[in-house]
This record gives sequence, structure tokens and C-alpha cells, in this order.
Amino acid sequence: MSRIQEAFTHGKAFIPFVTGGDPDLETTEALIYEMAKQGADLIEIGIPFSDPIAEGPVIQEADERALRAGCTTDKLFALVERVRKTVTIPLVFMTYVNPIYSYGSEKFMANCKQVGIDGVIVPDLPFEEKEELNPVCRQYGIELISLIAPTSKERIKSIAKEAEGFIYCVSSMGVTGVRSEITSDIGGMVALVRQVTDLPVAIGFGIATPKQAEDMAGYGDGVIVGSAIVKMIAEQGRESVKAVGDYVAKMKAAANRT
Amino acid sequence: MSEKAGRYGEYGGQYVPETLMTAVHEVEQAYEHYKNDPEFVRDLDELMRNYAGRPSMLYYAERMTKDLGGAKIYLKREDLNHTGSHKINNVLGQVLLAKRMGKTRVIAETGAGQHGVATATAAALMDMECEIFMGKEDTERQALNVYRMELLGAKVHPVTSGTMTLKDAVNETMREWSKRVDDTLYVLGSVMGPHPFPMIVRDFQSVIGKEIKAQLMEREGRLPDAVIACVGGGSNAMGAFYEFIPDTQVELIGCEAAGLGVDNPKNAATIANGTKGIFHGMKSLFCQNEFGQIAPVYSISAGLDYPGIGPEHAMLHETGRAKYVPITDEEAVQAFEYLSRLEGIIPAIESSHAVAYAMKYAKELPKDKIVVINISGRGDKDVAAIARYRGVKIYE
Repeated sequence: MSRIQEAFTHGKAFIPFVTGGDPDLETTEALIYEMAKQGADLIEIGIPFSDPIAEGPVIQEADERALRAGCTTDKLFALVERVRKTVTIPLVFMTYVNPIYSYGSEKFMANCKQVGIDGVIVPDLPFEEKEELNPVCRQYGIELISLIAPTSKERIKSIAKEAEGFIYCVSSMGVTGVRSEITSDIGGMVALVRQVTDLPVAIGFGIATPKQAEDMAGYGDGVIVGSAIVKMIAEQGRESVKAVGDYVAKMKAAANRT
Repeated sequence: MSEKAGRYGEYGGQYVPETLMTAVHEVEQAYEHYKNDPEFVRDLDELMRNYAGRPSMLYYAERMTKDLGGAKIYLKREDLNHTGSHKINNVLGQVLLAKRMGKTRVIAETGAGQHGVATATAAALMDMECEIFMGKEDTERQALNVYRMELLGAKVHPVTSGTMTLKDAVNETMREWSKRVDDTLYVLGSVMGPHPFPMIVRDFQSVIGKEIKAQLMEREGRLPDAVIACVGGGSNAMGAFYEFIPDTQVELIGCEAAGLGVDNPKNAATIANGTKGIFHGMKSLFCQNEFGQIAPVYSISAGLDYPGIGPEHAMLHETGRAKYVPITDEEAVQAFEYLSRLEGIIPAIESSHAVAYAMKYAKELPKDKIVVINISGRGDKDVAAIARYRGVKIYE
């Protein structure tokens, strides 16, 4: 069992996302320690991209802030290397295919392995183009996380069959961001996954409140929250660490209320 | 070239979020079906002739030819199409396709506004809801086109993210499409984006090159020696080039926007300065930094102000079948004025990049050579901006 899969063995997993380098690298580092301490089972660190087409305004703006503040891929590798000295939960990078490809896919994955990154989530690398990164991911033992969407339908089984780590179930159409209601048939999507794999399923996009975390955890093995956390960081900047930690503890508890 | 996988050499592909994959496959299947459907072909042909005004003329620019003293120059008059540019060729095809697919709404990005105006036009004609995404900076540069789109019944969304230009308009249109795929088709405006768009747009635009070939055969009894077109994403150039790719004696020349100069950070010359990347659904060449962050680009021409190039162009560049040259703002403006005064034709500032290179190149060629310049659009929309560039105040 990989370290990512193990993250789903402590009840329903809670997976927070932060944009690396927003508002600065020191805050990102402090946030990672605090979120791990407060019960995060896995942390997604976003490598900011100039043109994040799957993101709503909240994460778009975080990417812009991080890039303006001078965040680079190399600085995030160095950050992960530092936090890995004490943080033992799995860490995955969430970024777009271009920052990986342009950096040199092999060099990127080699660095991931060296600093202790467990997996990568690449929203603009669909199943059909997976081979762009899959061979180098395999070579360096980095798990390439697959996403499924409400429109995936018959694609779900093919995607799930070849998936690694966990399945990222996109709860709603559109881009990332807080939603008041999630109306997709998540139960149906998860059922299709279960037919072909035992890999854990985490549900993301639109989740912000403890009630939503509780409801969504009922369908899968974990919940992912990005925009709601990034919004707190946008509002409170360097002072956001404690508030984000409290929120993580509350959401982890809510996800396990079922 | 394995066209089945949407690849042009190593370029192309389908790099879009899972939320869009089903939609992209749906377009692919619909296009493969309808492109050979006699009724679809007949309806599109009817629209091309009697609505868009095809075939567009191939005009012998005698005064320009004499003035430059070199090769014989012909102008392919895409500026005379309905809506004033080549964009209508692709849009009529795609909106007709959307209609056949049962869609009720089309969305599109636009830079200069030519593709937005063409899409709004076709949507009005075929009774479709239409929303256009345009960088806020471009809505200011091209205010008249914004009003024109609204007049045609489209809703125009100024895009305020990123650099507020064409690339950001594409980002926002993709985001919008991923929210609503059921009733909506993204009518992509250039030979870019995920497969099947580079192929579909090329096919609908290839009428330009087919006509050039037939018209020149009739006038001169032979093929041209060179075909010159401007390149942003590259749709008018691909349309003009495609028919001639197997005719290796015909030189194919794409003119990209060098802005203030290829060595100045303010340029949009992707072939000159770009490197391999994967963005906007395709593997191609992009202006970007060492960490793969897409560079803010600049050109006086909103339509060429794009940090990438269509994947088939990237391949034609790599194989050497086409060559790509940078043209500065100043050269383009001079060409804009030159063609206006010499031939009484005001070309779009985009097309003026092609005219500018032809002015340099035709001069070097002997008189028995023939050069065709694709005048992809008309320049009415640019008059105010050129006046500003020249320091002339116009009260609109």
C-alpha cells in the first residue's frame, strides 16, 4: 500500500489544498505544519500557474499573488524538502501540465522523489494524454492521480482501472470554487469506480462547510477542500495559519461524523 | 502525421480537463459525421456563396507590383467577406455544426473582435444564443467591435484576469464551456486548442488556398511561388497554406507579430522566441519562462497578441515546409498605410504584417515570380488605433 493509500486508513480522509507561495513561502510552510498537526491526512500543494483554466477566481487570484511574490517550482521543491524533515503525511503537487513539461518531466519527477512528494494531480492531463507523464511518474514512484467528472459516465471505469493513489472525484461541472449546492450524482459515480478498483475515492470541488464535508464523505473515502481555505488565506494572509488549522480540525471531524 | 490522434508530428493532442473530454469527443464525432453528410455540405456551400460572398476575389495589385519592381503580387481578398475577415469561413461551419448537434448556445473568445463579430453574426443568422469573451484591454482597443457584437445580439464579457488579452479570453471561454457543455459549443476561432479544433478550423479555412490555386491557375496558368499570410494562432495562414503543402515548390511564409522587436520583451513572436509547451489543450510552441509560466505578450494587433501558435504550424516550422518571419509594429503600420495609398485597400493591422513582409520580399524576386498575400481582414476596425499610433487625435 502506498503512503497515499494509507492516508485513507484513519477514517474518512480530509485533504486540504493550498497554493504554494501564497502569500509567501514562509506562510505556506507554517500552514503545512499546522494543517498536518490538526488532522489533515494528505496535503495538496498547488504550484502556481499563470493560466489555471480549471480554477475559479479564488485560486486564480492566489496563483497570481504567489507568482507576483516570486514563487517558483524550484522554491517549492526546497520548501517540501524542509517540511519533509518533520511532516510524515503524504504530500502531492497540484499543477498544470505545462509547468511540469517545461521544467522537464523527468527532472521534475526526479526532484519530487528526492524531496518526498508522493503524487501529482494534473487537471489538464486527461486519460487520453496520460502517457505524457505516466512513464516518468512510474520510473520515480510518483503516483499520477486520476480525475473523474460528472460527465465522465462510461469513461469512469477505464479511468479507474488504471488509476493510482486515489481517485479524485470532481463533484460538479465548471471550475473550482465554493458552491452552495452540489447536485451531481456522486453516489452513482463512486459506484462505477467501486466496480473496478479498491482505490479510495476523494470528492472535491465546491466543498466548504462542515455539513457539505459530512454529506460528501458519506459517498466516498475522503473530501478535498481548496477554495474555502485559499479564501481564508487571501483574507488573513500571514495571520491565517491558526484559523486554517482550526478549520481543518473542524472539517476532519465533520467528515467523520457519518 | 497521425491525424486520427489529432497529432501533427509530436504537436497537438487533447490536453483539457476531464470535465471537457466528453464534450470534445462529441464535437469530434459530430464533425466526422457531418463533414461527409451531403446535406450539411450543401447547406454550408450555400452559406459560403450567398451569405459570406465566396469565392473571395484574387486581385492583381498592379500598382504595388510596379512600385516594388519585383515579383508579381496578388491579393487574396478575404477582407471582402461578410463581416470583413476570413473568420466567417470557420464560424459558418462550426455554428452550422452546433445547430446539427442540437446545441442552442455558442460561446467564443475574441482578440481583435473579428472572430467575435463573425460568431455573433452566424449565431444571429442561425438563431443561437451567443456569448463572447474578450480581454478587457481588447474591448478598449476595439470598442466598435464590442458594440457591433452587441448589436448582433451577443453578450460580451470583458475578461479581467491575467493580462486581459486574447489568451485570457481563451482561458475564460474554456472555463465557461466546462460549466455548460450540454447545450453549448465552444466555437474556437483559430487552428489551436485541443483536437479536433485545429483540424476543424483548418478544414473550414482551407477554402482560401483552394480558391487561390484555382483562381491563379485560371489567370496565370500556374502555381504561385510564394503564399504569405499573418500568423497569430494561425487560421488564415493555415487556410491559405494547406492546399499548397504537397506543392513543395510553393514557398509558404507566415508573418508573426514582433511588436517592438524580437529582442524587446514586448513582442508576440512565438516561432522566434517560443519553446515547446503544453497549453490551451495542445502541445505546441509558446512564449514562456523557464518554469513554464506563459509570458505576457504584446502586439499592436489584438488578433496576433497570442503567446502560442497552432500545432500544425509548429510542425510545418519544424519540418521546414513553411518559414516564419517576425514583423514589428512599425513595419506593419507602414504596410497598412502603404496598401491604403497605393491600392485603395485598407488591410487589417493583422494582415498588414503579411503585406509588410511581402514589401521586403517581392522586391528581391525577379519579375516572373508570383507572390500571393492573404489579406485576411479589412482595416476599418484599426483606423482609430493607427491614428493614435501616429499621434493623430480623432473624435469618434
